[in-house]
Amino acid sequence: MSEVALLVAATLAAGTPLAIAGLGLLLNERAGILNLGAEGMLLISAVAGFAAAFHGGSEWLGFAAGAAAGAAVAAVFGWLVVWLNTNQYATGLAVSLFGSGFSAFVGIDYVGRQLGEQRAHAVPILGELPFLGPALFRQHPMVYVAVALVGAASFFLYRTRAGLVLRAVGESPQSAHALGYGVRRIRLAAVVTGGALCGVAGAFLSVVYTPLWVEGMVAGRGWIALALTVFATWRPARILLGAYLFGGVTMLQLHLQAQGVELPSQFMAMLPYVATVVVLVLISRNPLWIRLNMPASLGKPFFPGA
Amino acid sequence: MIRLDVRPVPSLRMSVLSPLIALAVTVAAGGVLFLALGKDPVRVLSMFLVEPFHGVRALTELGLKCTPLILCALGLGLCFRSNVWNIGAEGQFLMGAIAGGGLALWVTTASVALSPWAFFPLVVTAGAAGGAAWAAIVALLRDRFNANEILVSLMLVYVADLFLSWLVFGPWKDPRGFNFPQTVQFAAATEIPRFVRGMRLHWGFAFALVAAVLMWLFMFRTHRGIQLQIGGPAPAAARYAGFSSRSAVWTTLLVSGGLAGVAGAFEVAGPMGQLTPHVASGYGFTAIIVAFVGRLHPLGAVLASVVLSAFVIGGQLAQSRVGLPASVSGVFQGILLLALLGCDTLIHHRLRLVRWTWRTAP
Repeated sequence: MSEVALLVAATLAAGTPLAIAGLGLLLNERAGILNLGAEGMLLISAVAGFAAAFHGGSEWLGFAAGAAAGAAVAAVFGWLVVWLNTNQYATGLAVSLFGSGFSAFVGIDYVGRQLGEQRAHAVPILGELPFLGPALFRQHPMVYVAVALVGAASFFLYRTRAGLVLRAVGESPQSAHALGYGVRRIRLAAVVTGGALCGVAGAFLSVVYTPLWVEGMVAGRGWIALALTVFATWRPARILLGAYLFGGVTMLQLHLQAQGVELPSQFMAMLPYVATVVVLVLISRNPLWIRLNMPASLGKPFFPGA
Repeated sequence: MIRLDVRPVPSLRMSVLSPLIALAVTVAAGGVLFLALGKDPVRVLSMFLVEPFHGVRALTELGLKCTPLILCALGLGLCFRSNVWNIGAEGQFLMGAIAGGGLALWVTTASVALSPWAFFPLVVTAGAAGGAAWAAIVALLRDRFNANEILVSLMLVYVADLFLSWLVFGPWKDPRGFNFPQTVQFAAATEIPRFVRGMRLHWGFAFALVAAVLMWLFMFRTHRGIQLQIGGPAPAAARYAGFSSRSAVWTTLLVSGGLAGVAGAFEVAGPMGQLTPHVASGYGFTAIIVAFVGRLHPLGAVLASVVLSAFVIGGQLAQSRVGLPASVSGVFQGILLLALLGCDTLIHHRLRLVRWTWRTAP
């Protein structure tokens, strides 16, 4: 029983960075921008967050630094794709390639460094509950922040005027432009916000989850987060579901290894990647379903004058 | 403030100048970076821009690095022009390396009597088959199930990497290799023939150059090649003309996967001579930059591969001489592509200085 509780707890922790990053990418995509630079943003913010937490001694400083780094990288990406109308695929790939080189380059001094002892966290009273306590209520605060962020994003997108405008920009930038909304400014704001969220996710990985900096430590989570937005058919609540699903796959893999299952570790480690492919296939099987849900201008450039 | 005005026709001059401006921006950014790190920028930059071209031996090493980059970038250029976003060339490269390496391993352990020239076509076929098979998964899932090829091809890179790791840590490990994760050294018969004894440059380089010319003929001188490319900029027109986007997905992915696979096979049967986890050296990702810097053009890819190879070699020199991490070449590559994409704006737009007023505000 307690083993199951620990597995649930580990799943929530593993799903949290995916949920936060996926949410940020969802905001981008709802505004019509596909950011393939997610992996690079996560890597740069992971090293920035680790460095800040290492020197500043506070994980919250790490999250702030991660968010700032993610937002800064996203701003460069956003300026290129929104103002200079560069190809979104190519620019995003460039950010990912730059991010993996740059993070390895600046992070070389932090390899093998340790952060201070991690505090144990527990929600008062609820944390003492049998089973539910260790499973749900002894998590890092960021795990609950992720859930709150998903709720906030849902509210923003579907219950506020600004959210409606954001969705309008993603569905039909021409119409939004004709109505007098600054399409490019809104898109840039969405990209920077998404980058900041990816930054928090990256910092969570290096400061809380691992907690270490290793070159390439994001290990494809940026791409998995991109897949999550498709899985979620661009709805925030389903991002959370998908993130925990992937977190569960990751944890199950480690759990099976610990149980001594007779399968080489490399095949176990393939599981999250194979699961991503399988889920993509299942979700995308019906092209109509994707077309109905995908923001109509996703990936397409917008020229205000035209 | 500066305003962008759309040009009536794209500027041919800018499309040639843009990669050069981007290169200048990259070099300038590198100089600032090295200065900030307290290194002599002129000395370090010359490791990237001068030394890789200095002397015959350096040039042959450059050609050695160009070979996989050209092969991977040729296929990627074809894919990107057809709007098929295969970014998993690294995985296809690895599967080609595994197929070619597996063949070489079998020849070695079974002591098959072969000459290197007889082995050459075999290893090319094995590599192409391995890479194409890996890319075929992407094509199948995209074609039958509409799954996004960007994400699938990238996920398969991780799977291929782990598969290679399993092979060299497990069944293919050299039993007398002191438990190192590597296969036995392949027999001399499996080595890709070299141009000159004592230099590592092998005939795979010539293969890559021929492949570039053939790709150029295919893309610009055959009906099929034009068909594929129209699907990129004008999918509706391609459909109207009766060109199948499904067959474009299959063709481009199989061709690019096959070429990347050959590159992988050359790498293990050429300079490496065995399979190790270090086969995954990022050529498949660098080739994405090569393809874009080369304007998605086969002959452009050859020129761009020279620049990117020089960056890779420069990174290694900077590591051994002044103790910079080798990842500095990755920083250069990323800046180069970002700068190039920014500069490409100048092909379709011209800059105009205008007085800033509220009316012109965005």
